[in-house]
Amino acid sequence: MSGANASALIEIDGLTKRFGGFTAVDNVSFTVKRGEVLGFLGPNGAGKSTTMRMLAGFMIPTSGRARICGHDVQTDGVAARRVLGFLPEGAPTYPEMSVSGFLRFCAKIRGYRGSELDDRIQGALGLTGLQGVRLQPVETLSKGFKRRVGLAQALLHDPPVLVLDEPTDGLDPNQKHEVRALIARMAPDKAIVISTHILEEVDAVCTRAMIISNGRVVADATPAELQQRHPSGKLDDVFRQLTIKNAA
Amino acid sequence: MNNILTIAGRELAAYFATPVATVFIVIFLILQGAMTFNLGSFFDRGQADLSPFFTFIPWVFLLLIPAITMRLWAEERRQGTIELLLTLPITQGQAVLGKFLAAWAFCAIALALTFPFVITVNLLGNPDNGVIASGYVGALLVAGSFLAVGSALSAATRNQVIAFVLAVAVCFVFAVASYPLVTDFLSRNTPALAEIARRLAVLDRYQAFTRGIVSLRDLVFFASFIGFWLFLNTVLVDQRKAD
Repeated sequence: MSGANASALIEIDGLTKRFGGFTAVDNVSFTVKRGEVLGFLGPNGAGKSTTMRMLAGFMIPTSGRARICGHDVQTDGVAARRVLGFLPEGAPTYPEMSVSGFLRFCAKIRGYRGSELDDRIQGALGLTGLQGVRLQPVETLSKGFKRRVGLAQALLHDPPVLVLDEPTDGLDPNQKHEVRALIARMAPDKAIVISTHILEEVDAVCTRAMIISNGRVVADATPAELQQRHPSGKLDDVFRQLTIKNAA
Repeated sequence: MNNILTIAGRELAAYFATPVATVFIVIFLILQGAMTFNLGSFFDRGQADLSPFFTFIPWVFLLLIPAITMRLWAEERRQGTIELLLTLPITQGQAVLGKFLAAWAFCAIALALTFPFVITVNLLGNPDNGVIASGYVGALLVAGSFLAVGSALSAATRNQVIAFVLAVAVCFVFAVASYPLVTDFLSRNTPALAEIARRLAVLDRYQAFTRGIVSLRDLVFFASFIGFWLFLNTVLVDQRKAD
């Protein structure tokens, strides 16, 4: 733990990723404390997923560091990933496995055995409403169910840090509402980062919104503060103003 | 170790959940049978041993094993599951070893299903079953070597066709490294390399096993050969996982 920020569960410091001459993420720094839900906003290709991949230790940053609960994701990766629940972009899962078989695999990797293993799987199935399809192969499920399988995998071990890349993409309005309610319920005990295109989602669940454009952070404030940056008071307008100006 | 076995178990189950396992095993057994009985004149030789069977195994492996390994990492990339797998709390070495062990266990199952050959020679005569056993050990080690090469090459490219062709080519070169084809060329140009190539020849080492000779030296060779390629595999996964 870095003493100054003992309550920050996610610490990102000067994170940069270049692909050849293209800078996807440019010197991004922020921290997320317990109880905060950070909404990560930005146009497609702004660097949201790249930042999340680096935070999850999947992509190696060109420079900068990321720490989860004090564990550096590069030098102490296994410990960092143990306290992280990560939903990758597109919620990938093994298509031929059944829902419960897939969760069983993830739970075993997370070190659960015996009755605790079953409890964890039941808990994750319950949180995401997947009991009815638990024996179905993932490839036979609809897009919304697949997304929930990915979410169940991220919540399985009740991690203190959640990083969810577009958790409500492909869900119908009712399912979106459920997932948002779920995130809101978990929020007090965790540090959560979600990326989204849906601006009303920020209002609904996030305590803080960060707009990223061309790899740089262009705004970091509470949703209410952000809304006041445009005369209309609408988040959409603020988003357009910040990201289009910046792209020009 | 637990993580490695969990990954290997999942992988092995995936082979059998898709038609991959059935197609591979059926084609392997047909090819191996056709080669042994027709090309190897199993019956006409009038000898109670499995030497025609063991002669052809490496060549069948050379064709079929790259077909297993080409999808090992490329498929994870295509489905995006590599991002899921490598963000679980495991090391990359564990993921590489788990996948390799699953593929190796799968080859062992295919090999074990050739048991009717063993029964046949035992019914027809009195073969030296010790030689047969060591031949199987050798075949398993050749399979492991080809798997390790193919798995590393699969991590190096996104394209499954490239992974397949490269694996066949590289396995072939190591298989025949002691054959005149390779050594003549090398000794004309770089004599020092010819000696090294002779020592790296996978088939030479394998032939000792088919004659019933199990030497520590050959076992160490296979262990280091597999270990080297798996190490390379881990480095390649680390470097190219997010490409």
